[in-house]
Amino acid sequence: MLPFTVIRLDHVSKTFPGSSAPAVGDLSFEIAEGEVACLVGPSGCGKTTTLRMINRLIEPTSGTITVAGRDITSVPAHELRRGIGYVIQQVGLFAHRTVADNIATVPKLLGWDKARAHRRTEELLDLVGLDQSLKDRYPSELSGGQQQRVGVARALAADPPVLLMDEPFGAVDPIVRLRLQDELKALQARLRKTIVFVTHDIDEAVRLGDRVVVLNVGGVLEQIASPADLLGAPSNEFVARFVGSERGIRRLSLINVKDIELDEPLGDGQPTISPDATLLDALQTLLRSGKHAANVDGSGSLSLERIAREVK
Amino acid sequence: MSWSWITAHLGDIASRTVEHLELTGIAIGLGFVLALALSILAIAKRRTYAPITWVAGVMYTIPSIALFALLVPVTGLSKTTAEVALVSYTLLILVRNIVAGIDGVPASVREAATAMGYTRWRMFFTVEIPLALPLVIAGLRIATVTTVGLVTLTALIGQGGYGAFILDGLQRFFNTPLFVGAILSVALAVALDVALVALERALMPWARRRAV
Ligand SMILES: Nc1ncnc2c1ncn2[C@@H]1O[C@H](COP(=O)(O)OP(=O)(O)OP(=O)(O)O)[C@@H](O)[C@H]1O
Ligand SMILES: [Mg+2]
Repeated sequence: MLPFTVIRLDHVSKTFPGSSAPAVGDLSFEIAEGEVACLVGPSGCGKTTTLRMINRLIEPTSGTITVAGRDITSVPAHELRRGIGYVIQQVGLFAHRTVADNIATVPKLLGWDKARAHRRTEELLDLVGLDQSLKDRYPSELSGGQQQRVGVARALAADPPVLLMDEPFGAVDPIVRLRLQDELKALQARLRKTIVFVTHDIDEAVRLGDRVVVLNVGGVLEQIASPADLLGAPSNEFVARFVGSERGIRRLSLINVKDIELDEPLGDGQPTISPDATLLDALQTLLRSGKHAANVDGSGSLSLERIAREVK
Repeated sequence: MSWSWITAHLGDIASRTVEHLELTGIAIGLGFVLALALSILAIAKRRTYAPITWVAGVMYTIPSIALFALLVPVTGLSKTTAEVALVSYTLLILVRNIVAGIDGVPASVREAATAMGYTRWRMFFTVEIPLALPLVIAGLRIATVTTVGLVTLTALIGQGGYGAFILDGLQRFFNTPLFVGAILSVALAVALDVALVALERALMPWARRRAV
């Protein structure tokens, strides 16, 4: 089955009133069904503006945006938004409603009956890894990480096909952030949503994205590529500088041993590596063992030179 | 103090209490509805906020006796005269507190609500107003206490309430009704204030639990 384009931006630009230069200028890209697209770029480059145009929190100055094949201006904004999940860094939970009521916000707007909304809330608490006992708490009684999970659960409540996330993990400490990233990956493996994820952290983009969209100031598209391609072949100086000098090493964590061409198997006495390990794991195994090459379970062998070729 | 006067006038005291409550209740009720409407206007069209509070502020500074004097030729010695004056005194405090309360709603909450598909008015009544409650109720408390005090003056234009006792006492140089009227109006103000605090706690379980 061909991947179906869910979000399409066609020559979209936005110039805010009173500003001479566009915040986003003539931007076009497509995001396929089930894909996680990470929007990265320096501060003020128009990531948030781009994201907010997709659910019409901001109206473009020109160009068209379609979601699931429909021009987003063809439906009332509030109806469009009920079908698009939205998660922001400050979460924006309703302090006057319990966790359960916060999660059931969109189901309630859609007129679901109480029993159905209630069942869905319980399901979502499990899905985002929150204990059922938290459901009657108020947001002020939760930790930052828990609040962020409630924010994600609330965005997923009515099972929208599209999820927009604006630096959702930007305000939590690095350890919680890593855990939330892992949870999002696991969640996405089950749900296959189409996700646009804004971050200014290239590591986060590379960890989470199926594709990375690099923007420059003024909302100019510099490159759109898979994380491995982005790190392996930045299209220009700007992207190369943005992804950083350790990009080669970082790329190794994105490639699995089984995905590259291996050398002939070696004799015994070499360390063995699982085909599911990443090249970074393989490199560590080799460095630790002091050997120059290792056997890959069953299928061949991997040498330091072979890994070095992937660093580029 | 003449206890015999008090025991002989228990029925009057009860009916004056009802009148006082009624004058206060109508003023606060109408004042709140009007203030809410003006606040909505001020929020929707920000430019109107300064003129609205300016007019409400001017009304607030007119001495109540002077306002009665201005209104009597138009609306007579009536309850309408009393309520027009009483309502106009509540507006400044209520509008200022409602608008400040709504302004205090975090931008991220408004953004999230909009992005989830709230319509403007639904968000106003089910998200913004509840979150603005602490300031709204603070405004209601000040307005109520002030109004209870002002209602005593409406006796001057022939309305009832505890003011009638005070006026009676002053005219006859008889202290008992004077004291009774004064003490009861203070007691009523305190009682209504306590009731509003209780209302706030009942309406805001989320704030109550945090304080524990
Ligand atoms: N409501 C607005 N009115 C006027 N200018 C705006 C508005 N919102 C954003 N801008 C401007 O548009 C440009 C892009 O802003 P945007 O918020 O999209 O950047 P961003 O890439 O999300 O940045 P960051 O990483 O700091 O969040 C900035 O120059 C910003 O000042
Ligand atoms: Mg931003």
